[in-house]
Amino acid sequence: MAAISTPAAPGTFRHQLGGFWKDFSTNRGALTGLIFITLIMLVALLAPWVAPHDPAMQDRSALLVPPVWHDEGSWRYLLGTDAVGRDILSRLIFGARYSLSISAMVVLISMCGGIFLGLLAGYFRGWVETVITRIMDVVLAFPSLLLALGLVAILSPGLTSAMIAIALVQLPYFVRLTRAAVIGEKSREYVTASRLAGAGHMRLMFNTLLPNCMAPLIVQATLSFSTAILDIAALGFLGMGVQPPTPEWGAMLANAREFMGSAYWAVTFPGLVILLTVLMINLMGDGLRDALDPKMKRS
Amino acid sequence: MAREAALTAASRPRVTSQTSNMLRFLLVKLAQLVPTFIGVTIVAFAFIRLLPGDPILLMAGERGISAARYAELQAQFGFDRPLVVQYWDFLKGLLQGDLGDSLVTHAPVTGEFFSRFPATLELSLFALAFAVIIGLPAGVLAATRRGKLLDHTVVGVSLTGYSMPIFWWGLLLIMFFSGTLGWTPVSGRISFMYFIDSVTGFMTIDTLLAGDWDAFLSALHHLILPGIVLGTIPLAVIARQTRSSMLEVLGEDYVRTARAKGLSNFRVIMVHTLRNALISVVTVIGLQVGLLLAGAILTETIFSWPGIGKWMIDAISRRDYPSVQGGLVLIAFIVMIVNLLVDVAYGVINPRIRH
Repeated sequence: MAAISTPAAPGTFRHQLGGFWKDFSTNRGALTGLIFITLIMLVALLAPWVAPHDPAMQDRSALLVPPVWHDEGSWRYLLGTDAVGRDILSRLIFGARYSLSISAMVVLISMCGGIFLGLLAGYFRGWVETVITRIMDVVLAFPSLLLALGLVAILSPGLTSAMIAIALVQLPYFVRLTRAAVIGEKSREYVTASRLAGAGHMRLMFNTLLPNCMAPLIVQATLSFSTAILDIAALGFLGMGVQPPTPEWGAMLANAREFMGSAYWAVTFPGLVILLTVLMINLMGDGLRDALDPKMKRS
Repeated sequence: MAREAALTAASRPRVTSQTSNMLRFLLVKLAQLVPTFIGVTIVAFAFIRLLPGDPILLMAGERGISAARYAELQAQFGFDRPLVVQYWDFLKGLLQGDLGDSLVTHAPVTGEFFSRFPATLELSLFALAFAVIIGLPAGVLAATRRGKLLDHTVVGVSLTGYSMPIFWWGLLLIMFFSGTLGWTPVSGRISFMYFIDSVTGFMTIDTLLAGDWDAFLSALHHLILPGIVLGTIPLAVIARQTRSSMLEVLGEDYVRTARAKGLSNFRVIMVHTLRNALISVVTVIGLQVGLLLAGAILTETIFSWPGIGKWMIDAISRRDYPSVQGGLVLIAFIVMIVNLLVDVAYGVINPRIRH
């Protein structure tokens, strides 16, 4: 019985994976993205060992020290210090922990929620589908950052509220994709076969349908990951996200703003790190899309 | 004669059926909006009531509140009545354009919103114009030179623009153009030297109406940097979309036919390809409106642009919840209406959708 409901034998799965890797690894941009993201994740994980200084340590004798390549710069602070004498490089390294882990949580929450609601909508159709899609339409009617801001205003600014708000804003995309994929797969023969074999609703939804709907969801997850990093930073920048003195990238930018004229490095580096991270994830996402889903391939 | 009469007779019902098709399409789209409309009003209504704790005490903040003011606010929001009655009153007020009063200025929220909206609209339109004027030709050029250096540049630049944290981008541009070069002003809509009566609310148009050329230049000067910052992501999206739909259309049989007929390359690109590629590009351009409104929040904060984005941020930090609630619902309506117009425009330029 079990053999009927699992469509891909291990051999063919390995074959598929090999094909995927062949497509993905020939895409230079995607590979660069993957390497960069792996590195930055490693740095974030090993932050206490990699960072040259304690991110909260204030060196009163070294306020707004420029980066090392300036005449006044020092090897002690490679990327310079901020207005209270904290090492920018160390804060960026620790900031990666916040940005990456919050964004990963955002994607996890909205993906799980979205898959669940999308499966329900696509599997049961009828009024379940109507209710779910209508609610998602309402969420989509608000510009995402605005809705997140409104939610944060209710929940009071902070890390958890920012996370919940952005996860909710991302939810509709996962719901829509899952629903569309489930509707597309539901009439296929292997699903009918599994149902005839006596599989219940839960088994059909999660064991039979879901694994075959994953490709677009994985691509969406990467895109959501980069959007989440941007949104978390935007909330932090507006003072509605992670609160200072936590070394979050967006909040670092907001703090550095008033010294824009005198200390360009305090503004430039946090933004550059956000841009690079988002760019690399997007490159990887494009590569994933091309490799996983030939139908969505952009010419 | 008889043949002509027969022809007109034959074509007449077709014309009416086309108009009725269009009308039905519009009505269906409008009907689909109704549940979303109701949903948006429920979200906005629930907004104040979802605040943890006593919303009135929360709005008062740390300053505290007198018993008289508490009772006044309680009556103003009608928190003492059943939820259904409260919602009904909210809906009635909404349909009459009454969204309550700001807690800070005590002026009606609707008035506060619409006095600032032209500033945001002017900025957004400028940003969109910037994005279309550069993004569209860039996408077309990249598609026609596929695989060449120019194509790679356009793809790379648009991917970077798409990944740009625009609040940082704004700061960088300020540092360079206002700081180092001293070319552009840092904030506001116009220099303090000028006082222009508001007619349309668009500073560029008002200064022209007043016949003050210097003031117009000052307004334009103030518009450039925020416009570029707000237009960056739409520019990237438009360039990407134009490129990929151009490439798609270039592979169609009718383009090959046009080439086979010996038409010039320019004519094939501009008439046969671009016109068809534009269908999906127009939709993407329309969908940027929600993005522009969200981006306006960040751009306006950076440039102290007195529009609704900055107003919303101020309202949130001042705990002016009626203003936040009103702003949420009004912005959602504007986005919904624009999306409806985009749908209709799509139906008009792409007849396949109507049937």
